[in-house]
Amino acid sequence: MYAYTDFDQAFVRERVDAFRDQVARRINGSLTEDEFKPHRLMNGLYLQLHAYMLRVAIPYGTLDGRQMRQLAMIADRWDKGYGHFTTRQNIQFNWPKLADTPAMLDALADVEMHAIQTSGNCIRNVTSDHFAGAAADEIEDPRPTAELIRQWSTDHPEFLYLPRKFKIAVTGSPNDRAAAKAHDIGLRMVRDDIGAPGYEVLVGGGLGRTPMIARVVRAFLPKADLLPYLEAILHVYNLEGRRDNKYKARIKILAHETGIDELRTRIEAAFERIRGDFTAPDPATVARIQGSFAAPDFATDREIPTIADPALRSWVDTNVADHRRADHAMVTVSLKPIGGTPGDATSDQMRALAEIAETYAYDELRISHEQNVVLPHVHRADLPAVYAALREAGLHTANVGLVSDIIACPGMDYCALATARSIPIAQEISTAFEDIRRQRDIGELKIKISGCINACGHHHVGHIGILGLDRAGVETYQITLGGDATETAAIGERTGRGFSYEEIVPAVERLVDAYLEVREDETETFLETYRRVGMTPFKDALYGSEEEVGRAA
Amino acid sequence: MSKPQIVTANNLMDGDVVYLTEDGEWSRRLSEATIALTDQQAKALLAEAQAQPHRLVGPYLTAVEIGDDGRPRPAHFREAFRATGPSNRFHGKQAEL
Ligand code: SF4
Repeated sequence: MYAYTDFDQAFVRERVDAFRDQVARRINGSLTEDEFKPHRLMNGLYLQLHAYMLRVAIPYGTLDGRQMRQLAMIADRWDKGYGHFTTRQNIQFNWPKLADTPAMLDALADVEMHAIQTSGNCIRNVTSDHFAGAAADEIEDPRPTAELIRQWSTDHPEFLYLPRKFKIAVTGSPNDRAAAKAHDIGLRMVRDDIGAPGYEVLVGGGLGRTPMIARVVRAFLPKADLLPYLEAILHVYNLEGRRDNKYKARIKILAHETGIDELRTRIEAAFERIRGDFTAPDPATVARIQGSFAAPDFATDREIPTIADPALRSWVDTNVADHRRADHAMVTVSLKPIGGTPGDATSDQMRALAEIAETYAYDELRISHEQNVVLPHVHRADLPAVYAALREAGLHTANVGLVSDIIACPGMDYCALATARSIPIAQEISTAFEDIRRQRDIGELKIKISGCINACGHHHVGHIGILGLDRAGVETYQITLGGDATETAAIGERTGRGFSYEEIVPAVERLVDAYLEVREDETETFLETYRRVGMTPFKDALYGSEEEVGRAA
Repeated sequence: MSKPQIVTANNLMDGDVVYLTEDGEWSRRLSEATIALTDQQAKALLAEAQAQPHRLVGPYLTAVEIGDDGRPRPAHFREAFRATGPSNRFHGKQAEL
């Protein structure tokens, strides 16, 4: 766990004190909303549809039991007893009162957490693989890289006013679980010919209005060159990125308009100029960062019982993945109960998770961008006890990666920018597929739902993506198929006209039925089937003999 | 003049959705909002709201329909959701109204 230095601690406390003063001046009328708004956004405080919302960063999705308990305390004391985990590895509190928010930020600072850099045209919180430091396929833990980038980019004078927000993701494995190709910069750890670790550097990915998959600008970057190379990319973007149009300001548009080869040439030229004078980070700092993500002292020599209980076995099949140590496992705790709100956890559940992490998981927890919680290191001997404890807290849903493990943004139930609701669609889909045997028969299927074009629900990279729109005053849902957020990333393709609120869940069921019909056998996933057979059988299932097949919604 | 309108905003202290009433107060119930039937009336109501920046955030006009009881009803689904609270949890406004 990365521990704050005195500098970090003082910086966060100063920000809270300044914000307390700004809140007081807003309440006593000496600040107008226009004056106050930039301050509250810088501190993660948004005004949503029904209330304020406080967005708290969970850097690299990593937290410990003490921090999780504090989040539970905040939820009970100043909110309505729950929190919502998001696709950006943040937690959002949906009901804070304005006057309480400085106290909430103070309570966060007590456990080394904050709400800074969750908005604005800066380098946002760097995200990484939720299995970091634990995965069997990992080359190196990506979090020291992510933390190094954070320290280098925070308050970097050249990068405080970028043309637009800038998102970086790091994955330590060839298997990309951090959606690296959907970020402005994605770093994927790879090895060169002689086995030395380095990065594949991807540039220009992003979802939203103009979704694009990042392209490779450097197939192998030695680790030591990381910061000067990133600086070169940011430098080129800062100079050449468009500032005249907010919708064209992301680096993906620059990459698209300039062409990836030309962009690469410019980045490499900037890199050549920069690298000579670049002051490498202090080796002591690098070592300290590295040390703060050290692996726990793994328990050894414990007997691993065979699992007989069918419910437990079913849960292990879906929610437990291979750890880099054979005697340990990674547990994904599903925050997607049937009919529930994706990503929500009550304060009791947060405390249960803290307790389980402290007892069985070396006090480590992770939040995944798929809105689940991960216990990254659990001894296989403890799996039955972990399952029993999760069951008690109502956190034992065995559906990770299945059709009911849906990503959904808050949509029009909370978000002021939404054009339609997304949460109830997720609730109804998971209820429609309640039968776990049916879900397991369907196999891996990722449904992702956004309540507007901003795509916080990552719908473009869902195997089935759903986008909620307002069409002439009616909630309308557009379907895309074949999206993929992993190393084989792809943007989903639109099926045709959209569906009403009442029609969308039956439409998804028809898609799943069509897949079951045309798949080669039960080992062929939805995505593989789609890639093999294309759109036609799915369109037929959606629109039948409708005349308007193919007409855009 | 297209549709009748009302003024809505978020309350400064808790962000709650509020509506300007007949007597110049702010109610949490859309049905208690005062209705502007002409553009001129609408402008005047909005100006009244904008003069209270210390109580409100982001006042705006929104179209309503008028029910048989003579009270306003939301004309758009977004305003219907704002008037009731989130559909996934019964602890927004709908719990109190
Ligand atoms: S996708 Fe749109 S509706 Fe959903 S959270 Fe993002 S901005 Fe809000």
